[in-house]
Amino acid sequence: MAERVAQPAEHAGLPEPGVAREWLQAMMLIRRFEERAGEMYAKAKVGGFLHLAIGEEATIVGSTRALRDQDYLISTYRSHGHTLARGSDPNRVMAELFGRVDGLCRGRGGSMHMFDLENRFMGGYGIVGGNLPLAAGFALASDYAGRDEVTLCQFGDGASNQGTFGETMNLAALWKLPVVFMITNNQFGMGTSLERHSAITDLLRKGEGFGVPGMRCDGMDAVDTYNVTTDALRIAREERRPILVEAVTYRFRGHSMADPEEYRTKEQVDEWRKRDPLTVFGDQLVEAGILGQDEREAMDRETIERIDRAVAFADASPHPSPNDLYDDIYVLGDQVRGWYSVDERTPTPHRGEDETGMDRADLPHAAEHGGGVTPKPADDAQRGED
Amino acid sequence: MRYREALNSALREEMERDPNVMLMGEDIGVFNGAFKVTAGLLEDFGEKRVRDTPISENTIVGMGVGAAMTGLRPIVELMTINFSLLAMDQIVNHAASIRYMFGGQVKVPLVVRMPQGAGHQLGPTHSHSWEALYLHVPGLLVAVPTTAADAKGLLKSAIRDDNPVVFIEHEYLYGQRGEVPDDEDHAVRFGVAAIRREGSDVTIVGISRMALTAARAAKTLSAEHGIEAEVIDPRTLRPLDLDTILASVRKTNRCVVVEEGWPHGGVGANLAALIQEQAFDDLDAPIQRVTGADVPMPYSKPLEQIAFPHEPQVVDAVLATFRDR
Repeated sequence: MAERVAQPAEHAGLPEPGVAREWLQAMMLIRRFEERAGEMYAKAKVGGFLHLAIGEEATIVGSTRALRDQDYLISTYRSHGHTLARGSDPNRVMAELFGRVDGLCRGRGGSMHMFDLENRFMGGYGIVGGNLPLAAGFALASDYAGRDEVTLCQFGDGASNQGTFGETMNLAALWKLPVVFMITNNQFGMGTSLERHSAITDLLRKGEGFGVPGMRCDGMDAVDTYNVTTDALRIAREERRPILVEAVTYRFRGHSMADPEEYRTKEQVDEWRKRDPLTVFGDQLVEAGILGQDEREAMDRETIERIDRAVAFADASPHPSPNDLYDDIYVLGDQVRGWYSVDERTPTPHRGEDETGMDRADLPHAAEHGGGVTPKPADDAQRGED
Repeated sequence: MRYREALNSALREEMERDPNVMLMGEDIGVFNGAFKVTAGLLEDFGEKRVRDTPISENTIVGMGVGAAMTGLRPIVELMTINFSLLAMDQIVNHAASIRYMFGGQVKVPLVVRMPQGAGHQLGPTHSHSWEALYLHVPGLLVAVPTTAADAKGLLKSAIRDDNPVVFIEHEYLYGQRGEVPDDEDHAVRFGVAAIRREGSDVTIVGISRMALTAARAAKTLSAEHGIEAEVIDPRTLRPLDLDTILASVRKTNRCVVVEEGWPHGGVGANLAALIQEQAFDDLDAPIQRVTGADVPMPYSKPLEQIAFPHEPQVVDAVLATFRDR
């Protein structure tokens, strides 16, 4: 297979104006969403860890725009952008960050665990490399049922060192599964640079020994990413075999909000920022006459207002009730009839039984939900500084 | 019918009933399974539904999770419970958590089958009994069938359930015979314990093979000591039929828990806590635990034999509950 080295890509021609505008809008939405999420984190509206995809917007939008509606997308703990690009309501994504009931996952998953079944965004996952076997499983189910949908599985350069990487490449190739694996190579596995964590830095080659050919795209260029991903998806869909795509990109912000970035120089970041996908793509559209500069600014203002509304929505959404603590651990049915805890469940009622009728005050953990902020050790240092 | 044949017939019937039921595992097809549980299924159902996999435990379980999320009802066989630790990430961080962490948007109707148990001189990497590891995890259902009838009935229920199930078989039990109802709808509901022997003097709870050891000990207790033991096989640990155990303890006022696994954080430790929380006033003696030795399983036959419980230890533990009367 022809190797696609594109760093930077030659511009293969912009998509038609309506499409180009929509891509810019989608990239803007992710950028403004992520910036605001960072601000909300600093204000302690968002808990846990927060991994922002600023700088990776072209990789996200270029690749997801190559998908059909019924295709599956699965990603990592850096997935706000993926679920937004797939069409999730920004209100609900922000509400999930806030841990509220109107969040995509009702406040259960938080930043690292987004999921939107309706839009076939099959999840963000907190275990590095944990999502690869799942992606192969989606592809197996598609293949088994004779459906022609394809799975696009995104993960970072760091995940290419996990055992699941090799295992999944082998199985996907062996079973000829329709799945495209995309390494979002942002140059760092947390704070460890690519050349310090991977013996082979041409990541597109890492699948070859398992029978998975590689392609590479310029992940700072939405058009190139779209074109290469489109090729890869077509091969997976029509020829029924997996493809590995390395999208070369860069994250402008730290790994998470708790990252003092001592592992890279400001000069390196500045060099990559010259290729800011949002700026470069916006400039291209203006130069091509697809968008006026004033329209571009208006689009940006509208995007910021959209995020304002998402923040207001999230802030107004209630915290989950203590009554919800045990919901959805199990699918309830004949065998598992109560949510409290199955090791307490018996044919006749005792503690915890018939819990839907219980008063909130009777719930075992009600007292712990009286409000107050739980400290988050690793991130406290960064709070308020970003 | 032998236990392994009962499992085989459950797999066969459920595959016939539901075209979305499929099998994955190491050497389950051409080789017919390391313990022959899947014998003949490849021939009858074909390569699409009976899939030999590479040796990649974590990934084949993870693929099962993914396939379960998108419409299939996969059954993954792991060759021993020791190997399931390689898949712990997919079982615990993924299968058990996905429904909850995604707010109930998806279900994971996956069964992961694995045998456990000592006695074949397989040493410390093939012989352990770890139902306690999976009992620990919310989001999983855990079955530990002892008889052939339960092996079949529980496996059918596991396959039909919409939750992820860790289905723990036993290497010693594979060859044991038992009556199995000749009924395609013979399903044993999770969360209902079996009273293997009725008695009024002491309650013995036996897990997996230890339900048989407990039943033999009960005969000795009756014949040699005039003690009538009630033997309970919980059959599933999540959900657990605690009420049947509590009702028995309230009657006998004594309890012994027998398991093959390690003592610390074991099934018996958990059961003892639950029983004393809810039936403290009914107990006439401290709850006794009979467990595997607190060691990695040794290869040496005599050492291995003393590293997991046998009938005399169960008898001694029961007698200990009478000592202070």
